[in-house]
Amino acid sequence: MASGFPLLSGVDLELAPSSLTVLVGANGAGKTSLLRLLAGLIGLSAGEGSVLGMDLATVDRRQLRRRVGWLGHEGSFYDDLTVVENLTFCAKALGRPIDELASVLERVELSARRDTAAKQLSAGQRRRLGLAWLLLRRPELWLLDEPYASLDDAGRTFFDALLGDVVERGATVVVSAHDPLRSAQLHPRTLAMAGGRIVGES
Amino acid sequence: MIRVALLVAGKDLRVERRSRVLLWQVVPFGVMALLLSGLALGPNQVGHSSAAPGLFYLVIVLVALLMINRSHAIEATSGTRASIATLGLDPAGVFLGKAAALAVELWLSAIVLLAGSVVVLHTALHGTLEAVPSIVVTLGAIAGAGTLYGALTSGGNAAATLLPVLSLPAFAPLLIAGERSFNSALHGGALLQWWVISVVALAVYLALGILLYGVLEES
Repeated sequence: MASGFPLLSGVDLELAPSSLTVLVGANGAGKTSLLRLLAGLIGLSAGEGSVLGMDLATVDRRQLRRRVGWLGHEGSFYDDLTVVENLTFCAKALGRPIDELASVLERVELSARRDTAAKQLSAGQRRRLGLAWLLLRRPELWLLDEPYASLDDAGRTFFDALLGDVVERGATVVVSAHDPLRSAQLHPRTLAMAGGRIVGES
Repeated sequence: MIRVALLVAGKDLRVERRSRVLLWQVVPFGVMALLLSGLALGPNQVGHSSAAPGLFYLVIVLVALLMINRSHAIEATSGTRASIATLGLDPAGVFLGKAAALAVELWLSAIVLLAGSVVVLHTALHGTLEAVPSIVVTLGAIAGAGTLYGALTSGGNAAATLLPVLSLPAFAPLLIAGERSFNSALHGGALLQWWVISVVALAVYLALGILLYGVLEES
């Protein structure tokens, strides 16, 4: 609820494992709220639902969040730290070996930028750093809030290829976007949202 | 919990070292505030020395308020906040780490301000050094309380102004205990009892933070 108005209402949604779903809608349609609900960042005020087998009404949201990865369009890391420092923090927080970093950096093509402060990266590079963070985490459910915003065609193609690979390896991915994906590589399920409801599917 | 605390403290201190806000903005602000306080008191050096402990703690609180806001602004964007939340870090460890980093920043600021107080307010060097253990503990307690209140107000629309309103009453007993023990170290008197108050306050705020930080973050 926000100022007495429900953020989401009448949303009936089932996500298949190892799938890609795109939530499409204008600002205020409820896309981010739905992603935040799935991530355990906000609670359920009414209705019922479960994410990764966990009941949203009774779940310890901290437990749920550990199994979910989040990437926001405005950046999801520490701007004053370098690329490698951000990823080292993530790896140490998860108890992962630091030697995984090199391969992850290579995968997102940021090896040359490893010692650059995150705030000095371009929009596309920042998105890649966010992806590297998620690749290190290996969450079961990837929730990406408008990841295509301000990406050029090369960035979009790179993003599509990586998401396709992630889904193929068994992760479930939900992406929010203003417009349907224009991808030759991906064939996602697209849900249209408006006024906090799902109003169409293709 | 300790592993997470060390990780978070290291990250907060590294961010602060990179941004250099403490070095180039907060500490100079504290020195200017101390200098202006000395000027406001007039040219009587004896008067300055007796007022020095109070002025030192007043300036430290101003510095602490700036640093507490900084400490929580590190995760201010909703994307960063969400991303960190999904790491599933132990909130007690996060609290201890943020409080430890804030304490280190306050201790570093205090070194400069104490030197300033010796030069500008003419406090006795020997007495100032004698007060250092109580200052260390009192600033640790301020860091603990500040981190807790910072979590309470962060994310709100008026966090920067709400923080002093809520935290100053909590700081008041610490300031009184700190000022009295500093004064006792400078001019003689019962130092231990005031120091004990700071130690107890430190323990209480650390315990409260460990217990409540997760709840405050969730809310």
